[in-house]
Amino acid sequence: MQTNESPNNVVQLTESMKTGFSRRKFLGIVGASSILLATAASCKKHPHDDDDSVDLGSGDPGILNYAYALEQLEAAFYIQVVTSPYAGMTMSEMSYLSDVRNHEVAHREFFKAALGSAAIRGLTPNFSTINFADRTSVLGTAKAFEDLGVTAYNGAGKLLVNVDYLTLAGKIVSVEARHAATIRDMINPGTFADSTALDMNALDGARTPNEVLAIAGMYIKEKINASHLPTS
Amino acid sequence: MNLQNILSEIEKKDPEVLQKLDTRRNAMKDFARVSGKVAIASIPFALGSMFKKAYGSPTSPSDIVIDTLNFALTLEYIEANFYVKAVASGIIPTGQALTDITLIRDHENAHVAFLTAAITAAGGTPVSFKAADFDFTAHGNFPTVFSDYGLLLAVAQTFEDTGVRAYKGQAGNLISNNDYLTAALQIHSVEARHAAHIRSMRYTNGSLVPAGVVVKPWITLNQSGIDSPAVQPSYNGEETVSQANVPITGIGGNAFITAEAASEAFDEPLDKEAILGIVTPFFA
Repeated sequence: MQTNESPNNVVQLTESMKTGFSRRKFLGIVGASSILLATAASCKKHPHDDDDSVDLGSGDPGILNYAYALEQLEAAFYIQVVTSPYAGMTMSEMSYLSDVRNHEVAHREFFKAALGSAAIRGLTPNFSTINFADRTSVLGTAKAFEDLGVTAYNGAGKLLVNVDYLTLAGKIVSVEARHAATIRDMINPGTFADSTALDMNALDGARTPNEVLAIAGMYIKEKINASHLPTS
Repeated sequence: MNLQNILSEIEKKDPEVLQKLDTRRNAMKDFARVSGKVAIASIPFALGSMFKKAYGSPTSPSDIVIDTLNFALTLEYIEANFYVKAVASGIIPTGQALTDITLIRDHENAHVAFLTAAITAAGGTPVSFKAADFDFTAHGNFPTVFSDYGLLLAVAQTFEDTGVRAYKGQAGNLISNNDYLTAALQIHSVEARHAAHIRSMRYTNGSLVPAGVVVKPWITLNQSGIDSPAVQPSYNGEETVSQANVPITGIGGNAFITAEAASEAFDEPLDKEAILGIVTPFFA
């Protein structure tokens, strides 16, 4: 994703923000592809990173890194699930879980490629509380991850400025929702969208990054620093 | 299909529609020119472009938000009325199947109520439809929709997958309003849950599934998994395997991410015109 043009875009972006020029308007003018490059270059360094903590960064790239962190977690989980199937995994379950693994790896690799040098580093999963030999433990964790992912994307949409990123997040969240429904039905048929997932208006949940990371962080060795993410 | 009736119905909901369309005469003339004496299947597309003229370019940001919410509400009305008739049809097997489709019906009714309240709160006038406004045979395309369970599921799947694409296509129009954007996303993911479940029901039921096709909870390439060309517009474009200029097939050196997997991993949006083309045949 690197080109020679990106440093100029970075300067433009920085200057425009200094002068108070509408950021959204600016994003609209320069277009999505160059922004991807600009943002990728602008966050090349993560000065707050150390061995134990990872700074997601700010702005739209920060939100994309947030999504990248969650996708890393999900991908690592399903790779493990498919590599060491739980006792009694049926062919149909293996087929579905392999598909989900494929999708989560595709999401992870997409964010990595799209973010380029702005991407956070690879995270270290901590799955010590999961018994991969046990169906209940695995599917219970899968359900938690998928429902969490849905609420994370639903809550992050409004934090994005670039409409193309919003659409991309939308392309992914509905697939996460398909996963969530499928895993739930595997655990207990008919629970694809029950009252533990939806509110009284039949709306799915929406969580802030801090709310999501308080849960997801239990499964990640590094401490995720979300303090520079936008909040509205 | 009677265009005069459709215009009259819309005029009841939106008295300004004819101004938006210029005049009824010009609207009819445009429509006639586009559609001519073409087959019924083409009419939705002609109608779609006509509606786009009326609703395609609202001026102020708040108008855009309200128009978008009314568009979503229209789709929820279609789904809600479909499932009300589906549950009442008596052809859904009692037990888990009937329980599940009844739950989905209740969700769609809740979405209608929620969006109606949201539009009112935003200072807009919510659209309103009644059962007689719909024809779920799609003017004869699906004559046995409420007597053939397999067809009922196939139409349900198409509505859900189309709904997912419709909300996704409208997210950008709500970006100026955090609350409505979030609410729309919260409905969007519920439609995807419904879609996944209906697809699982179709996998089990097996009816109208073309030979050699496996219906999964996610959409593989542009396969509808339904043995009817009438539903294909709801799936065209889902075969996309490149996102933001990043090729997804085989990404990161992972050979297991085939084109099929790459297409499944991302659902694709549809714009308002395409959605109207798909749903217009379901209006009486």
